[in-house]
Amino acid sequence: MSSGILQFVTVFVLAAFVGYEVISKVPSILHTPLMSGTNAIHGIILLGAILTCGASHGPLQITLGIIVVILATLNVVGGFVVTDRMLEMFKAKPAARDAGKGSQPA
Amino acid sequence: MSLGTGRDIVYLVAAVCFILAMKGLSSPKRARAGNLLGAAGMIVAIAITFTTPGIHNLWAIGLGMVVGIAVGAPVARRVKMTAMPQLVAAFNGVGGAAAALVSIMHFSFSPVSLSTFATYQVFEVIFGVVVGSISFTGSIIAFSKLQEIMPGRPITYPAQQPVNAVVALGIVGCIVAVLVDPTKIVMLVVLVLALLFGVAFTLPVGGADAPVLIALLNSFTGLAVAATGFTLHSNVLIVAGTLVGASGMLLTRLMSQAMGRSIPNILFSAFGSVVTSSGATEKEGRSVKSGTPEDIGVLLAYSNRVAIVPGYGLAVAQAQHVARELAETLQKRGVDVFYAIHPVAGRMPGHMNVLLAEANVPYEELKEMDHANSEMSTVDVALVVGANDVVNPAAKNSPGSPIYGMPIIEVSLAKAVIFLKRSMRPGFAGIDNDLLYDDKTTMLFGDAKDSLTKLVSAVASA
Repeated sequence: MSSGILQFVTVFVLAAFVGYEVISKVPSILHTPLMSGTNAIHGIILLGAILTCGASHGPLQITLGIIVVILATLNVVGGFVVTDRMLEMFKAKPAARDAGKGSQPA
Repeated sequence: MSLGTGRDIVYLVAAVCFILAMKGLSSPKRARAGNLLGAAGMIVAIAITFTTPGIHNLWAIGLGMVVGIAVGAPVARRVKMTAMPQLVAAFNGVGGAAAALVSIMHFSFSPVSLSTFATYQVFEVIFGVVVGSISFTGSIIAFSKLQEIMPGRPITYPAQQPVNAVVALGIVGCIVAVLVDPTKIVMLVVLVLALLFGVAFTLPVGGADAPVLIALLNSFTGLAVAATGFTLHSNVLIVAGTLVGASGMLLTRLMSQAMGRSIPNILFSAFGSVVTSSGATEKEGRSVKSGTPEDIGVLLAYSNRVAIVPGYGLAVAQAQHVARELAETLQKRGVDVFYAIHPVAGRMPGHMNVLLAEANVPYEELKEMDHANSEMSTVDVALVVGANDVVNPAAKNSPGSPIYGMPIIEVSLAKAVIFLKRSMRPGFAGIDNDLLYDDKTTMLFGDAKDSLTKLVSAVASA
């Protein structure tokens, strides 16, 4: 029992260090997409929602279960779609680059 | 290999996907691929969960997911770029609510007696409930401020800090009580207090600081999800939740640094309530110079170097395309044009980069603040489009000002400054801007898009 919890604590501590290190060099222009992207990742709560809803009995529990699944699905879908839309804007668009070029500063 | 082991391996793969996704999101080149990798990891993790033994109510799960997708996808697809910040707050809030509900249901509907819960198990549950609930109601307030359902100004009332402290102490007290003797009634009290606290601690945060607030709440939701991972004995929930929790804390700090402020300052100082004490009291009777689009068009057309400084007004007016058009018209005449980007211009860091990229502005014409400032003295005209706080010299000159210490784009170094503004109203932070009254400043009042359109034709005919 206590060795079980210790194993989870180990995972928790290591993940905390990874989470801190992995984004330590993010440029400021990516702050917003990164926030939105990590927002999508905590949508993994959908997994917990599925397990909870799947273990429910009776109308009250199942109703709450459905609500949890809806909320978690919103988090996942909304998070990834919004992030993708933000990042779409960063695409290089070579066709549009010629417009202002070619002229020399006076 | 048993199905259980196989499932755990898939969860491990998903956890690796999330880490790589965040790594990708930290670099402009790989960001989009990173996000897609994260989504792939999510889909795989969710799909394999259905193979868990003892999952019932598949119809209910399916129904919930269909509703969630049917509502979430169109909203996320169609919402305007200017409304993105509040949308992130909203999706964060529902995540927090889901985490809190999972914890509550695990506790309330447990088939075994509550007294058989080990103390650490009760703690995992209560942590998830408290942090998830704070994130939920806090996100609702952040959403309402950004959506302007409620005023963006800090909302304060007498004895606010002591009241918040009492609520916080109440939460801590209830947690201790639940740990000693787990009862549902105390659990209910702590739930209500946590929901209340989420509202109470976000009300005094100004709308301009909402991005930092959302980053913090995002981190909270991550921690709440990690707590449910402990409760449900799921490594992938712990890993994903903790990754978000830890990176969110760092991101919150990075964002507040970009605004030149500390996190406690943002959360507790009720931004804007000290405005009158700033050196901006004796401005009655000072005159403001306003120009016609034609005058300003000529000024722009005959300069050598123009810096465009965009702000939230550009986003509101959806003027990014016209701004590019003006830049191109000037460039055709041989004027050197660049965009000076303040890291927190708009309502979120990177907001301006996203908008201008949408309008196909070449990446190399965007200059980050430090670079832009070092070139500002060679600029003939600084054209400030719907920005105010990020160019306010009070941040440098008046120690009493609430934005004192925030780095700014130093447009006053340019030979002339033009402000495109809707009115003389102060910016989002509620602080007056002395630069508007400066001799080298010319105002052009109106909606940013209209004003820019007029300038384009004025430059073309100059």
